[in-house]
Amino acid sequence: MSETKPKRMALIASKGTLDWAYPPFILASTAVAMEMEVAVFFTFYGLTLLNKKIEAKVAPATNPSMPMKMPFGPEGFQNINWPIPNAIMGNVPGFETMATSFMKKTFKNKGVATVEELREICIESGVKMIGCQMTMDVFGFEKEDFVDGVELGGAASFLEFAADADITLFV
Amino acid sequence: MNDIAFNQELDCRGLNCPLPILKAKKTMDGMSSGEILKMVSTDPGSKNDITAWANRTGNALLSSGEDGSDFVYYIQKS
Repeated sequence: MSETKPKRMALIASKGTLDWAYPPFILASTAVAMEMEVAVFFTFYGLTLLNKKIEAKVAPATNPSMPMKMPFGPEGFQNINWPIPNAIMGNVPGFETMATSFMKKTFKNKGVATVEELREICIESGVKMIGCQMTMDVFGFEKEDFVDGVELGGAASFLEFAADADITLFV
Repeated sequence: MNDIAFNQELDCRGLNCPLPILKAKKTMDGMSSGEILKMVSTDPGSKNDITAWANRTGNALLSSGEDGSDFVYYIQKS
Protein backbone atom coordinates (compact mmCIF):
# COMPACT_ATOMS: atom_id res chain seq x y z
CA MET A 1 0.00 0.00 0.00
CA SER A 2 1.14 3.54 -0.58
CA GLU A 3 -0.03 4.63 2.88
CA THR A 4 2.50 6.92 4.47
CA LYS A 5 1.87 5.73 8.02
CA PRO A 6 1.83 1.96 8.56
CA LYS A 7 -0.77 0.32 10.78
CA ARG A 8 0.52 -0.49 14.21
CA MET A 9 -0.17 -3.36 16.61
CA ALA A 10 0.75 -3.52 20.28
CA LEU A 11 0.51 -6.77 22.24
CA ILE A 12 1.00 -7.69 25.86
CA ALA A 13 2.06 -11.33 26.37
CA SER A 14 1.46 -12.24 29.99
CA LYS A 15 1.18 -16.03 30.00
CA GLY A 16 3.78 -18.73 29.66
CA THR A 17 1.97 -21.95 28.79
CA LEU A 18 2.30 -23.41 25.30
CA ASP A 19 -1.26 -22.57 24.26
CA TRP A 20 -0.74 -18.94 25.26
CA ALA A 21 2.73 -18.81 23.71
CA TYR A 22 1.39 -19.19 20.18
CA PRO A 23 -1.04 -16.25 19.81
CA PRO A 24 1.40 -13.38 20.35
CA PHE A 25 4.00 -14.82 17.97
CA ILE A 26 1.44 -15.83 15.31
CA LEU A 27 -0.18 -12.41 15.41
CA ALA A 28 3.09 -10.49 15.52
CA SER A 29 4.71 -12.37 12.61
CA THR A 30 1.56 -12.14 10.50
CA ALA A 31 1.08 -8.44 11.25
CA VAL A 32 4.61 -7.73 10.04
CA ALA A 33 3.87 -9.75 6.89
CA MET A 34 0.86 -7.43 6.47
CA GLU A 35 3.22 -4.47 6.69
CA MET A 36 2.32 -3.36 10.20
CA GLU A 37 4.66 -2.14 12.92
CA VAL A 38 4.54 -4.44 15.93
CA ALA A 39 5.67 -4.36 19.54
CA VAL A 40 5.14 -7.11 22.10
CA PHE A 41 5.51 -6.39 25.80
CA PHE A 42 6.41 -9.57 27.70
CA THR A 43 5.42 -9.47 31.33
CA PHE A 44 4.84 -11.88 34.23
CA TYR A 45 4.78 -15.47 32.96
CA GLY A 46 4.96 -14.25 29.37
CA LEU A 47 8.53 -13.25 30.11
CA THR A 48 9.56 -16.92 29.96
CA LEU A 49 8.79 -16.80 26.21
CA LEU A 50 11.94 -14.75 25.82
CA ASN A 51 14.20 -17.45 27.30
CA LYS A 52 16.72 -18.81 24.83
CA LYS A 53 15.01 -22.19 25.07
CA ILE A 54 11.26 -21.99 25.45
CA GLU A 55 10.11 -24.55 28.03
CA ALA A 56 6.40 -23.74 27.70
CA LYS A 57 4.07 -26.64 28.54
CA VAL A 58 0.37 -27.19 28.24
CA ALA A 59 -1.57 -27.19 31.51
CA PRO A 60 -4.22 -29.89 31.14
CA ALA A 61 -5.35 -30.04 34.81
CA THR A 62 -8.46 -27.90 35.51
CA ASN A 63 -8.69 -27.16 31.79
CA PRO A 64 -11.85 -29.02 30.73
CA SER A 65 -11.79 -27.49 27.23
CA MET A 66 -8.45 -28.93 26.26
CA PRO A 67 -8.77 -31.83 23.81
CA MET A 68 -6.61 -34.80 24.84
CA LYS A 69 -5.56 -36.55 21.64
CA MET A 70 -3.00 -39.10 20.55
CA PRO A 71 -0.54 -37.85 17.90
CA PHE A 72 0.04 -41.30 16.38
CA GLY A 73 -1.94 -44.16 14.87
CA PRO A 74 -4.69 -44.09 12.25
CA GLU A 75 -6.57 -40.84 11.70
CA GLY A 76 -9.74 -42.13 13.39
CA PHE A 77 -7.72 -42.98 16.50
CA GLN A 78 -5.99 -39.60 16.47
CA ASN A 79 -9.34 -37.84 16.38
CA ILE A 80 -10.57 -39.49 19.58
CA ASN A 81 -10.80 -37.11 22.51
CA TRP A 82 -9.78 -38.94 25.70
CA PRO A 83 -11.72 -37.82 28.76
CA ILE A 84 -9.11 -37.93 31.54
CA PRO A 85 -10.23 -36.98 35.06
CA ASN A 86 -8.65 -33.95 36.70
CA ALA A 87 -7.54 -36.10 39.64
CA ILE A 88 -5.29 -38.03 37.26
CA MET A 89 -4.08 -35.03 35.24
CA GLY A 90 -3.28 -33.12 38.43
CA ASN A 91 -1.66 -35.93 40.38
CA VAL A 92 0.17 -38.24 38.02
CA PRO A 93 3.83 -37.13 37.94
CA GLY A 94 4.95 -36.17 34.46
CA PHE A 95 1.42 -35.88 33.08
CA GLU A 96 2.02 -32.30 31.87
CA THR A 97 5.25 -33.29 30.18
CA MET A 98 3.55 -36.16 28.39
CA ALA A 99 0.55 -34.05 27.37
CA THR A 100 2.95 -31.34 26.14
CA SER A 101 4.94 -33.73 23.98
CA PHE A 102 1.69 -35.12 22.51
CA MET A 103 0.44 -31.62 21.80
CA LYS A 104 3.73 -30.60 20.16
CA LYS A 105 3.67 -33.74 18.03
CA THR A 106 0.10 -32.97 16.95
CA PHE A 107 1.13 -29.42 16.02
CA LYS A 108 3.99 -30.82 13.96
CA ASN A 109 1.71 -33.35 12.26
CA LYS A 110 -0.62 -30.52 11.26
CA GLY A 111 2.17 -28.40 9.74
CA VAL A 112 2.16 -25.77 12.49
CA ALA A 113 5.44 -23.95 13.13
CA THR A 114 7.10 -24.26 16.53
CA VAL A 115 6.94 -21.32 18.90
CA GLU A 116 10.71 -20.90 18.53
CA GLU A 117 10.42 -20.68 14.73
CA LEU A 118 7.70 -18.05 14.92
CA ARG A 119 9.66 -16.09 17.50
CA GLU A 120 12.72 -16.11 15.25
CA ILE A 121 10.67 -14.77 12.36
CA CYS A 122 9.36 -12.02 14.64
CA ILE A 123 12.84 -10.97 15.72
CA GLU A 124 14.25 -11.17 12.18
CA SER A 125 11.43 -9.11 10.75
CA GLY A 126 11.82 -6.31 13.25
CA VAL A 127 9.13 -6.89 15.86
CA LYS A 128 9.97 -4.76 18.87
CA MET A 129 10.34 -7.19 21.78
CA ILE A 130 10.13 -5.52 25.18
CA GLY A 131 10.89 -7.45 28.37
CA CYS A 132 9.31 -6.16 31.57
CA GLN A 133 12.14 -5.03 33.84
CA MET A 134 10.00 -5.16 36.99
CA THR A 135 8.97 -8.80 36.47
CA MET A 136 12.58 -9.71 35.73
CA ASP A 137 13.63 -8.25 39.07
CA VAL A 138 10.81 -10.07 40.87
CA PHE A 139 11.50 -13.45 39.27
CA GLY A 140 15.27 -13.09 39.20
CA PHE A 141 15.62 -13.22 35.40
CA GLU A 142 18.70 -11.80 33.70
CA LYS A 143 18.91 -10.23 30.25
CA GLU A 144 21.53 -12.89 29.37
CA ASP A 145 18.80 -15.55 29.80
CA PHE A 146 16.93 -14.04 26.86
CA VAL A 147 17.34 -14.28 23.10
CA ASP A 148 19.15 -11.44 21.36
CA GLY A 149 17.06 -8.55 20.16
CA VAL A 150 15.10 -7.96 23.38
CA GLU A 151 14.97 -4.50 24.90
CA LEU A 152 13.94 -3.90 28.49
CA GLY A 153 11.40 -1.45 29.77
CA GLY A 154 8.29 -0.88 31.79
CA ALA A 155 4.70 0.20 31.41
CA ALA A 156 5.70 3.58 30.00
CA SER A 157 7.81 2.01 27.23
CA PHE A 158 4.86 -0.09 26.11
CA LEU A 159 2.32 2.72 26.38
CA GLU A 160 4.50 5.11 24.40
CA PHE A 161 4.34 2.66 21.46
CA ALA A 162 0.72 1.61 22.11
CA ALA A 163 -0.51 5.22 22.18
CA ASP A 164 -0.30 5.25 18.38
CA ALA A 165 -1.47 1.66 17.85
CA ASP A 166 -4.43 0.67 15.71
CA ILE A 167 -4.67 -2.75 17.39
CA THR A 168 -3.93 -3.43 21.04
CA LEU A 169 -4.38 -6.84 22.63
CA PHE A 170 -3.68 -8.30 26.05
CA VAL A 171 -2.79 -11.97 25.62
CA MET B 1 -6.42 -20.16 -14.36
CA ASN B 2 -3.53 -22.37 -15.41
CA ASP B 3 -2.69 -20.05 -18.28
CA ILE B 4 -1.19 -17.36 -16.11
CA ALA B 5 2.56 -17.04 -16.56
CA PHE B 6 4.44 -16.71 -13.31
CA ASN B 7 7.96 -15.75 -12.23
CA GLN B 8 8.24 -17.78 -9.04
CA GLU B 9 6.47 -20.74 -7.51
CA LEU B 10 6.00 -21.40 -3.80
CA ASP B 11 4.90 -24.78 -2.44
CA CYS B 12 3.16 -24.42 0.93
CA ARG B 13 1.48 -27.85 0.91
CA GLY B 14 1.12 -29.31 4.40
CA LEU B 15 1.83 -26.01 6.15
CA ASN B 16 -0.65 -24.42 8.49
CA CYS B 17 -1.48 -20.87 9.58
CA PRO B 18 0.40 -18.54 9.59
CA LEU B 19 3.24 -20.16 7.61
CA PRO B 20 1.76 -19.84 4.08
CA ILE B 21 1.36 -16.08 4.59
CA LEU B 22 4.81 -15.67 6.13
CA LYS B 23 6.44 -17.62 3.28
CA ALA B 24 4.48 -15.75 0.63
CA LYS B 25 5.60 -12.46 2.14
CA LYS B 26 9.23 -13.58 2.31
CA THR B 27 9.22 -14.79 -1.30
CA MET B 28 7.47 -11.62 -2.45
CA ASP B 29 10.17 -9.51 -0.77
CA GLY B 30 12.71 -10.99 -3.17
CA MET B 31 10.61 -10.22 -6.26
CA SER B 32 10.25 -7.09 -8.35
CA SER B 33 7.14 -5.00 -8.84
CA GLY B 34 4.84 -6.53 -11.46
CA GLU B 35 6.22 -10.06 -11.08
CA ILE B 36 3.82 -12.90 -10.38
CA LEU B 37 4.01 -15.53 -7.66
CA LYS B 38 2.22 -18.85 -7.98
CA MET B 39 1.49 -20.26 -4.55
CA VAL B 40 0.05 -23.67 -3.73
CA SER B 41 -1.42 -24.46 -0.31
CA THR B 42 -3.45 -27.26 1.25
CA ASP B 43 -4.70 -25.05 4.09
CA PRO B 44 -8.41 -24.30 3.55
CA GLY B 45 -7.97 -21.20 5.74
CA SER B 46 -5.47 -19.81 3.24
CA LYS B 47 -8.31 -18.79 0.94
CA ASN B 48 -9.52 -16.00 3.20
CA ASP B 49 -6.06 -15.31 4.59
CA ILE B 50 -4.38 -14.76 1.23
CA THR B 51 -7.22 -12.46 0.18
CA ALA B 52 -6.89 -10.46 3.41
CA TRP B 53 -3.11 -10.32 3.11
CA ALA B 54 -3.28 -9.17 -0.52
CA ASN B 55 -5.82 -6.49 0.40
CA ARG B 56 -3.65 -5.16 3.18
CA THR B 57 -0.34 -5.20 1.31
CA GLY B 58 -1.73 -3.95 -2.02
CA ASN B 59 -0.45 -6.96 -3.95
CA ALA B 60 -2.99 -8.12 -6.52
CA LEU B 61 -4.59 -11.54 -6.13
CA LEU B 62 -5.02 -12.30 -9.85
CA SER B 63 -6.57 -15.70 -9.42
CA SER B 64 -7.62 -18.06 -6.66
CA GLY B 65 -8.71 -21.59 -7.46
CA GLU B 66 -8.77 -25.21 -6.37
CA ASP B 67 -7.06 -28.17 -7.94
CA GLY B 68 -8.00 -31.36 -6.10
CA SER B 69 -6.93 -30.78 -2.51
CA ASP B 70 -4.68 -27.89 -3.53
CA PHE B 71 -5.54 -24.23 -3.36
CA VAL B 72 -3.72 -22.31 -6.09
CA TYR B 73 -3.09 -18.58 -6.01
CA TYR B 74 -1.51 -16.16 -8.44
CA ILE B 75 -0.38 -12.95 -6.80
CA GLN B 76 1.18 -9.99 -8.57
CA LYS B 77 3.57 -7.83 -6.61
CA SER B 78 2.51 -4.20 -6.34
